[in-house]
Order: sequence, then structure tokens, then C-alpha cells
Amino acid sequence: MSGSSYYVPHETKWPFLATVALIIMFIGLANYMNDESNLTLTYTGLALLLLVVYGWFSYVVNESEGGLYDAQVDMSFRWGMAWFIFSEVMFFAAFFGALYYARELSLPWLAGEGSKVSTNQELWPTFENVWPSNGPANVGGEFIVMKAAGIPALNTIILLISGLTVTWAHHGLKEGKRNQLILGLTATVLLGFIFVGFQAYEYSHAYNDLNLKMTSGMYGSTFYMLTGFHGFHVTLGAIMLTVILFRCIRGHFTNENHFGFEAVAWYWHFVDVVWLGLFVFVYWL
Amino acid sequence: MSANIDHLKEEHHQPSGLMRWITTTNHKDIGSLYLWFSLLMFFVGGLMALIIRAELFQPGLQFVVPGFFNQMTTMHALIMIFGAVMPAFVGLANWQLPMMIGAPDMALPRLNNWSFWILPFAFTMLLSTLFFESGGPAAGWTLYPPLSLQGGNSMPFVIFSLHLLGASSILGAINVIATILNMRAPGMTLMKMPIFVWTWLITAFLLIASMPVLAGAITMLLTDRFYGTSFFTAAGGGDPVLFQHIFWFFGHPEVYILILPAFGIVSTIIPAFSRKKLFGYDSMVYATASIALLSFIVWAHHMFTVGMPLAGEIFFMFTTMLIAVPTGVKVFNWVATMWKGSMTFETPMLFALAFIILFTIGGFSGLMLAITPADFQYHDTYFVVAHFHYVLVPGAVFAIIAAVYYWLPKWTGKMYNETLGKVHFWMTTIFVNITFFPMHFVGLAGMPRRIPDYAVQFTDFNMIASVGAFGFGLSQLLFVYILFLTLKQPVTAEDKSWEGAEGLEWTLPSPAPYHSFDTPPKVE
Repeated sequence: MSGSSYYVPHETKWPFLATVALIIMFIGLANYMNDESNLTLTYTGLALLLLVVYGWFSYVVNESEGGLYDAQVDMSFRWGMAWFIFSEVMFFAAFFGALYYARELSLPWLAGEGSKVSTNQELWPTFENVWPSNGPANVGGEFIVMKAAGIPALNTIILLISGLTVTWAHHGLKEGKRNQLILGLTATVLLGFIFVGFQAYEYSHAYNDLNLKMTSGMYGSTFYMLTGFHGFHVTLGAIMLTVILFRCIRGHFTNENHFGFEAVAWYWHFVDVVWLGLFVFVYWL
Repeated sequence: MSANIDHLKEEHHQPSGLMRWITTTNHKDIGSLYLWFSLLMFFVGGLMALIIRAELFQPGLQFVVPGFFNQMTTMHALIMIFGAVMPAFVGLANWQLPMMIGAPDMALPRLNNWSFWILPFAFTMLLSTLFFESGGPAAGWTLYPPLSLQGGNSMPFVIFSLHLLGASSILGAINVIATILNMRAPGMTLMKMPIFVWTWLITAFLLIASMPVLAGAITMLLTDRFYGTSFFTAAGGGDPVLFQHIFWFFGHPEVYILILPAFGIVSTIIPAFSRKKLFGYDSMVYATASIALLSFIVWAHHMFTVGMPLAGEIFFMFTTMLIAVPTGVKVFNWVATMWKGSMTFETPMLFALAFIILFTIGGFSGLMLAITPADFQYHDTYFVVAHFHYVLVPGAVFAIIAAVYYWLPKWTGKMYNETLGKVHFWMTTIFVNITFFPMHFVGLAGMPRRIPDYAVQFTDFNMIASVGAFGFGLSQLLFVYILFLTLKQPVTAEDKSWEGAEGLEWTLPSPAPYHSFDTPPKVE
């Protein structure tokens, strides 16, 4: 419920600068995609964006440490983060939907199932629906599937353990056990980056040894879109955890008041849950 | 540290000029920015509509080449949806929500600034593509592959600008939800909230659930075009129809994003000028929520002719028709609110009344389109154009105009000229019907949409529609004139500008103070 102490920040330059940075980045990227320029403009925009993010967050952290945020502001942040994560869930849902649609509908139809039999007979009479598939035209050539048992299983264990370590760190924070907090958080960060490293290794293995590429038809498309988008989120999450780790080392947060920590922990659990979906539907089934 | 914080907390000297608007975190400033920006885009998009109508005045090619015509239809839609109607509603939310729930400001003021300032940049990027050698996007606002994959250099620019607009909408929606759930005055329970607040809460949910799906869809377009993925290519096991499914999973909630706040506005204005409480408040809330939830299971009615299995056609036909039930509840409640009321017909009320009648016409043509076998005839004809313009122009746009007239005295402390307002209303209402009603006829007769040329038998109705469109455009210049005339007046408006108006915003002085409620009011 509303109180007169609700902190309304006055003028701010950060959002406007963030927009300028984003637009520079996107113009650069679009020109690069059109083969009209190199990536200089993109990197300029990105660098500017990172500066803005650093500046904006430093400002907010200062305000937070200065005690400007009361319980009601804290609740606004909680709602904000929760709904932001929900929006990310829906973003992933679009890609999972594409995977589901290809496996359950478009590939069976291309193989002549149901009323779509004439497509199969006229265009690709020899095509049979076997997942993984790069489609009736064998787009990208033969490839070998990424097995669930190797690195993906290892990565699943890594992420699950990291979920435990971040919770252990959270308990440390709440109970005032500083060593447990720092140790748990450090472990989480390390596990996060190890995951990303393994993922990068997996990609190079797929490209070099398995001929599994983004261009490998629907399997390659969904595989790289889903794992790539997830990997990007893990990277972001690990960077966010690193920032929180430094803040913890500096002595930020109290056992009562540590929304910054919790927001990143929520995000980390979200990334974890998405991975479980990926492991089951992309690698395993 | 503490000196630093004192510096942060002290009342800042407000920057002046352009910097004030660039750096503002105030919900009223940002609301005004949104509304002015929306008005500007309304005219930019309107100009494109007039180019379309000028070309369609006669069969044959008169003014533009077909490629440019297609760019106009594509851009007109993108600008009106993302640049005019959505920002107008967010502007209204910014102005009204804190005042209506008794809060000092929005919950996340810096985020609020960000969601606005993304818009001018993203639209500059989008509009700049019109000046590219290969032209702007021309595949329609729905960006269906394979056509959209074959466009020129504009494609990545369009997609990135849509990403930015989506981000802006999501941030705005998060802010709205956080504000409504966390900033209400003590005693204002959810079921005591003004209905406009309710409709915005539900709209914000729709935005957060649907905009990321659009982002996903267009990201796949981008990788299909530039990085060789096969999402929408049958040869690789994908399917162009997949894009349509994902797009409309976003697209249908999106059309309710464009109308639910309008329902909230009409549900506010009708009781005020009927001098009665809104009939069936609870059922209004449940109807809005039902419409929102149903919007996620009706999407494929936009693609009945694409070749879906029979079960899909039937499922989506019935779920779509189901939406008529909560919508009917709403129309019934509006009529019942007026029943035996002491009604007066000031400009906001006139627009709200026209909304009820004309939106219902659009609703009925929507029901016709929902019937799968009938849709096979109507699909991609001007009948569809007539339908969605009836729900969007005398629907969403009328509600926005009504809201501006209704709350203008609260925002500015100044009353608009009632006579001119009524002239604006009658011109707008007459011309909107002259423009869009004939489209039903040419559509049923088989005139396809998105073409610069047509068979001669459609000429008469197209001429009428074009005359109406120019009349409608000119009438909106009168609207701008009324706004400027109002702003030039001295402050005279009372705190409660309308006899029958209810709500916390009318307890504040007119014009409303910079920070709405420094101490929260008590709601019993």
C-alpha cells in the first residue's frame, strides 16, 4: 500500500543514453547483415551500452546502499523482476513452439501424413519423417546428432548443482554466515562459466566433427536457436552473479534486505529450469 | 556516503527546455510525451492512409508504383498499431493510473522514461527505410515469409525496430503492473479499482505474454534470411505456416491490447454522463479477463484458408465465437448503465456512444469472419479491412479521443470549446462511416486487400471511401486546432470538471499537481 515515503527518483540521463547505445548497435548490426559495413558501429554501440549499464546500475546500487528504498519500493522491484522473467519465459516459448510444430506437424505432413499426402507425392515422394531431420531436401548435408549422454548430461548436473550452491549462499546471507555466502556464490559463478565453456566446446565439436550447423535444416535451426539463446542467458546470468559476488565481498546487502541478490538468484533458477526443458526436448527425446 | 545520498534525495532543480523532457521521470511528463508522440504518428500513419486512398480513388495506377503502395500499406499498419494506438493508451495509463489509485507516481519511474524514449528512435529507424534504395518493408505488417524474406535492405532494420518497440511495450507493461499491484491507496482493494485500471492491468498482462513471442518470431525470420536456418522453409523441414502460427499467437492478444483500455475508457465515461454507477462492475472485470484469456486460444482464425486440419478449423471457429459472450456482456452493461440515467451529451459522451454502436458493428463483422466456411469467401478481401478498421478507428481511436476530451480539463485545468468538440465529433463520425462502410460491400463482392489497382466494378464504392478518408483526415486537423485553442486559455476548470465524474483523480486540483498524491488518500 502506498506511503508518502515512496522514493521517486528525479531526472535521469541513463534511459536516454541506453536507447542511443541500443540504436547505434542495431543500426551497425543491420548494416553488417546487409553486407554494407563491418562491425565497428555495432561494437561502438555495445561498448556504449555496457558503459551505460555500468553507470545506471552503480547509481541504483548507491541509492540502495544509501537506504532510499523502503519496503514498498522493494516490492515494486520484485513485481518488476518477476514479470520480466515471465516475459523471458514467453520468448523461449516461441522457440519451443517452433520445435514442437516441426516435430509434431510439419515433418509428418512433409512425409505425407493426413490430408497433406499430395505434397509428399508431388515434391518429395521418398521423404520419411525421422527426427532429427534436416528436411526432405537434406539441407546442409548429412550430420551426426548431438548425444544427450555426454556434455549435455554433464552440463545438466553442473547447472543443477549451481542451483543448489546459489541457494546455499542465500541461506548464508540470511543467517549472516559470510563465508558460506561468498563460497556458495563463487562456486555458482564458476559453475556458470564452466557451463558456458562446455557449451562452446560442444558447438566447436558439432561444427568441426559432426557437420551439425545452423544450416542443418530444422534440427540445426532449433538446436542452435534454443541452446544459443539459452547459452546467452546463462552468460548474462553468470555476469550478473559475478556482480552480486563483488557486491557481497564489498559487504553490500543485509540479511533482511538483499533484493539484488534474490533477483539474480531467481534469474539463475529460471535459466536452470529452461535448461531442463532443453535437455529433455532438444537433446534427449 | 550520506552526503552523497542527501544529494540524491534533495529536490532537484528541474532542468529546462529539451533536457527536461529527455530526463524526466514524472508520470505526467511522460504521459504527455506519449500522447504527443502518438498524435504525431497518427498523422504520419494517416498521411500514408491518404496516399493509399488517393491511389484507390480510381482503378488503374495514378500516383504511386505498386511497390511503393505495398510499402504504404505495411508502414501504415505498423505505425498506427505500434506508434499511434499503443503509445496513446500508455500515455493515458501514465497520466491516469497514479491519479486513479492514489499514488505519487508510477512504481518504476526511470523504466518509464526508458519505455518512452525507445519509441522516437525506433520509429526513426523504421521510417528511414522508406528512403533506402530498395525501399521500406512491403510484405505487409504481418511480415509473412517467404515474401518478407525476399525484401530489400530494410528487413533487418524493420526487425530491430520491432524488437525495440516490443522491449518498450514490455517495460511499460511491467511498470503498469507493478504500479497497480503495489501502489494503490490504503483501502483500495482490487475489486474497488476504477475499471480503467482493471482493463490496463489485464492489458499489461497480455503485453508481457505476447510481445516476446513476436520477438521470437521475427528473430527466426532474421536467422532464416541471414544465417541459413530453415524455420520457415519446407525443404529443411520447417514451414512458412509456422510463422503465421507464432505471429498470430502474438497478434491476437495484440488486437485486444488495442481495445481493452478502450473498453476501460468507455466504461468510465458512460456512467459519468449517465449520472449512474457502472452497471455490473464485477461482470465487467470478469468479462475483460475472459476476453484476455480467450485471446490466447483463437489465433488461427486469422489463417483459416492456409490449409489447417479440419479439427483446427473447427476448434478455432468455436473459441473465436465464444469471445462474443464476454463482449456481449460488456455492451449489455454499457446500455444498462444508460438505462434511466439522466444523460447529457458532451463531446466525450458522444464519442463513447459512437464507440458502442460502431465498435459493435465491427464486432458483428468479426463474428461473420469467425465462421470458417464463410471466411473462405471473406479472407484477404476488403471485408476484413472494413472489419478491423471498424474496431480500431471508431473503436480504439474514438475511445482515445473521448478520453482526451474527458480528462483534458484535469490535465490542463482548461476546458475545450464544447461547440467545436461537437463539430469534431460529427465530422469524424460521419466521415469514418463514409470511409469504411463501403469497404464491406466491395469486400463481399470480392475486392482483395493490399492491391493498388482493382476491377472497374468496384470504382464507385472506392471513390466514396476515398472521399470519406480525406474528410476524416481533415476533421482531425480540427482536433489539433481544438487542443491548441484549449491550451491557450487561462486556467478555469473546476477540480471536478464533470458533474457525474467519479474517482480519485477528481479530488485533485485541476490542473493536477506535478506529484499526484504525496500522501495517499484513504479509500473506504
